[in-house]
Amino acid sequence: MSDAAIAPAAGGFGAGARAVRDVVLPVFVVVAVIVALWYVACVPMNIKEALTQAERGGAVINPEGARERRDMSAIGLVFKNPSYAADTLNQERPRLPAPHQVGRELWKTTGAMVLTGRGFSKRSLIYHGWVTLSATVLGFVIGTVAGVGLAIGIVHSRVMNMAVMPWAIASQTIPILAIAPMIIVVLNSIGVTGLLPKALISAYLSFFPVAVGMVKGLRSPDNMQLDLLSTYSASKSETFWKLRLPSSMPYFFTSMKIAMAASLVGAIVGELPTGAVRGLGARLLAGSYYGQTVQIWAALFAAAILAAVLVGMIGMLQRVTLKKMGMVH
Amino acid sequence: MDFEWLLGSLATILAISYVNLQVANGDGRDQAISRFFVPVMFGVGLLVLWEGLVQGLGVPSVILPAPSAIWAKFLQSTHTLWIDFVQTFVKGALSGYVMGTIAAFAVALLVDRSDFLRRGLLPVGNFMAALPIIGIAPILVMWFGFDWQSKAAVVVVMVFFPILVNTVEGLRATERMQRDLMKTYAASYWQTLFKLRLPAAMPFIFNGLKIATTLALIGAIVAEFFGSPIKGMGFRISTEVGRLALDMVWAEILVAAIAGSAFYGLVALIERRVTFWHPSQRRGR
Repeated sequence: MSDAAIAPAAGGFGAGARAVRDVVLPVFVVVAVIVALWYVACVPMNIKEALTQAERGGAVINPEGARERRDMSAIGLVFKNPSYAADTLNQERPRLPAPHQVGRELWKTTGAMVLTGRGFSKRSLIYHGWVTLSATVLGFVIGTVAGVGLAIGIVHSRVMNMAVMPWAIASQTIPILAIAPMIIVVLNSIGVTGLLPKALISAYLSFFPVAVGMVKGLRSPDNMQLDLLSTYSASKSETFWKLRLPSSMPYFFTSMKIAMAASLVGAIVGELPTGAVRGLGARLLAGSYYGQTVQIWAALFAAAILAAVLVGMIGMLQRVTLKKMGMVH
Repeated sequence: MDFEWLLGSLATILAISYVNLQVANGDGRDQAISRFFVPVMFGVGLLVLWEGLVQGLGVPSVILPAPSAIWAKFLQSTHTLWIDFVQTFVKGALSGYVMGTIAAFAVALLVDRSDFLRRGLLPVGNFMAALPIIGIAPILVMWFGFDWQSKAAVVVVMVFFPILVNTVEGLRATERMQRDLMKTYAASYWQTLFKLRLPAAMPFIFNGLKIATTLALIGAIVAEFFGSPIKGMGFRISTEVGRLALDMVWAEILVAAIAGSAFYGLVALIERRVTFWHPSQRRGR
């Protein structure tokens, strides 16, 4: 998306038209196809409930009785009762809510609540999103700083490289997320509650990608460049600030994107064991407890939007920084 | 407070650090044995320090159990752990991984035939790969029930996009010259695919497959937090945390760690066999 937004400014009208043809149009078509398939899928997914409702309302359904229909194929039912297909798109608790239902719920719990001055009430997704966002960002910052620190240590100390690096790589193959419930409960039991436990999970998840990526980045200058600096008799810290750190920037931004995505997942999963109190993860869990499917989908989309915005912001920062440093043209 | 444990473990970690320093800066530092020795000793040192701190400071086991206690629990409950492992890893993660891989592969081959589709689907796929897809777990648990089918479904969705994106990228990895050569041989689409483009795509495909191993295990475990039968690693973790039986939780985490790294290792081993020609697989310098 952002490619298309920037290209016209850079290359005039011709480039803009090409960007529309090569990027925007295909993406638009693919997204439109996905939405269309989603609508189509709603009909068989929700038809049984729709027919049951209609029958209660006095309509004659073929075949009669919910028990008769229970084991029938959903698609067969749609063809036998095509006039009820529209009912499947507007149920209160559908198995698969239609896109417009999710959109309406999203608006109802964000924009509409802001307009009525309740933007930060506990029923608003802005409130829950903010809870998750603050844990995500705090954890991301802690994890990134620690990861960069470890990478600097690994690059400059041979013994750290030999002892720690294999563990940092191996840790990426382990489902670390599994320890999230334990961290939450243990920290709660020693009196640490609220933001910090979730942020620590996020930090832990974003720590290793940043460390591994930055080690690669800080090592990316080749021997020729390092030799040049040593002919200048540059000190270790000069080499670091003038060569290693600048050339690690592309790796830094790439690993920050991974870390941000991981951090958000960590914050969401960290909200599950506290019993569905606050945050997007809590909304997911509460929705699944009470069968509020529209609420689950709305929370899911809110999380997706949050992820897109956060990762997109890093991407933008990457483009601006690398351009200023003259690393992309 | 027990000073013998504290001092003993501190002395051990200091001694190990000293030995590691000597080895890492000594003459034999590039030999395979020291590359193996240093990280292993570091890990052992951390375990000793952990044990020493827990024993020495008298940390209650509801906060942090000692490694020895975790190991004892592991040996004691191998039967339960095995049942959980089969439920979560074999039934949930592995079956979902296989299905997701096949699906992503099929879609990638389809997408690859149309330039328009590729340009449309690649940004969407990249976007999806960065989303917290794990959030789809409660929905799929609702659709497919509490047993392993819903976990496999979560895993399918989670592994699909990384493999799709990497495969599509990989199928573009051939050079024009190579494709032209195939054309001069009058090779058909399928011949070009099997003899040139798929082999060339393998490093990318395996990259996706390796990312997906971790995602598969995470997906299967976290999906169990949203509902499961009374077995499975995620179920055990969440219930034992509730009972504050942390030694059992750590034993499950040990299983998850072993399973995760073994799974990754296996895929990496296959990669080495398949892409032996790739520069990244060359040994030595």
